[in-house]
Amino acid sequence: MKTDVFPAETEFNATLDRHGLTLARSATRTLQVNVGYRCDLACRHCHLAAGPTRGEMMTRATMQAVIAYARRGRFLMADVTGGAPELVPDLDYLLTGLAREVPQVMLRTNLTALDDVRRTQLIDLCRTLRVILVASFPAVTASQFEAQRGIGVWCRSVDRLRQLNEVGYGMPGSDLELHLAANPAGAFLPQGQAAAERQFKRVLAQRLGLSFNHLFIFANMPLGRFKSWLEQSGNEQDYMGKLTAAFNPQAVDGLMCRSLVSVAWDGVLYDCDFNQAAGLPLGGRRRHIDEMDGPPEAGSPIATGRHCFACTAGAGFTCGGEIAA
Amino acid sequence: MDTYYHPKDLERFQEIGKDAPELARKFFAYYGEVFAEGALSEREKALIGLAVAHTVQCPYCIDAYTTACLEKGSNLEEMTEALHVVTAIRGGASLVHGMQMRRQVEKLSL
Repeated sequence: MKTDVFPAETEFNATLDRHGLTLARSATRTLQVNVGYRCDLACRHCHLAAGPTRGEMMTRATMQAVIAYARRGRFLMADVTGGAPELVPDLDYLLTGLAREVPQVMLRTNLTALDDVRRTQLIDLCRTLRVILVASFPAVTASQFEAQRGIGVWCRSVDRLRQLNEVGYGMPGSDLELHLAANPAGAFLPQGQAAAERQFKRVLAQRLGLSFNHLFIFANMPLGRFKSWLEQSGNEQDYMGKLTAAFNPQAVDGLMCRSLVSVAWDGVLYDCDFNQAAGLPLGGRRRHIDEMDGPPEAGSPIATGRHCFACTAGAGFTCGGEIAA
Repeated sequence: MDTYYHPKDLERFQEIGKDAPELARKFFAYYGEVFAEGALSEREKALIGLAVAHTVQCPYCIDAYTTACLEKGSNLEEMTEALHVVTAIRGGASLVHGMQMRRQVEKLSL
């Protein structure tokens, strides 16, 4: 009879073995909070297959548990993501609670999710709490941007970015940080982060008069909607081959799963948001944050799957973009 | 062999060194250096590579430099403009030879 083992004997773990590496947790400093899979967009690269028809959203009771866990865990950063977090009714409550417990709070935004009144209120709150904003902005041309995010999203995103600049976010000399996050518009690896940031800054400033702090680059995850597209378009084998061939052992040390714990909309814990999409819970079994006294222990193993090759390709990628390997 | 070009041959390109390893080593080292960041960026070099690939009409190079251009941050508008540069030069190169034609006509004609 086959017995489950943890960590599982995955292709990724076998690759680590060949390089004499193990993937284990270091000190956990970031609490990532995924407040749900509801989104006003249905981006073609989304590893969570988030969209308008998804009903999973964090309740206020779970938010209370998350805030209590943030207090117990003494995290240095809280990273609030989705779906579109803006669509979750009690987001203000969560941000305010986390800001009391954690030195830095980061909010990921798709830029399009809110109506004008609600958006103004949320931006005001973020300014008051000094929340760091990370906005999805995959390309500097409308065609590549909308190939990924949908028709009409380019103009709306540019307008929102301008609105954030107008209130001080991402402007030179301001302490309101606005970062952009970009994924390639297809089955290819992203360009280097430094070169991409120079290009984005030059084009957005010259053509649109927009400003931001830093650009975070990510490889597309072979999960969720992007995996379905890879399969349907006949790109899966080549893309996985590309990720596997680009495995960089030097990137392993800086992987986000070593220093981050991800809590899903229902309070279940994962090593990262991608494992959440893959259904690989923290430590190999489903645990609720209420069961945790503090962060996961340093040295504990990390669940892996084939998608992990996307974080170790080339320079490697983490929640803050490219790893400086 | 049912076609002259095989897509998988590109992945096996390194095998060209089997019977001339030192020449291959020098070629691939040079090739790598050429496309590294320098006075021109890697992105600009990939666009030049794409344009030249279309000039020499190498299907391996077209696939490789299309991917390279995307991975270095270029978009389809820039890549298409690069092809028009090639097309303009190739067309212009034909057309400018018309001056030779004209000289010959002038020499032979009353």
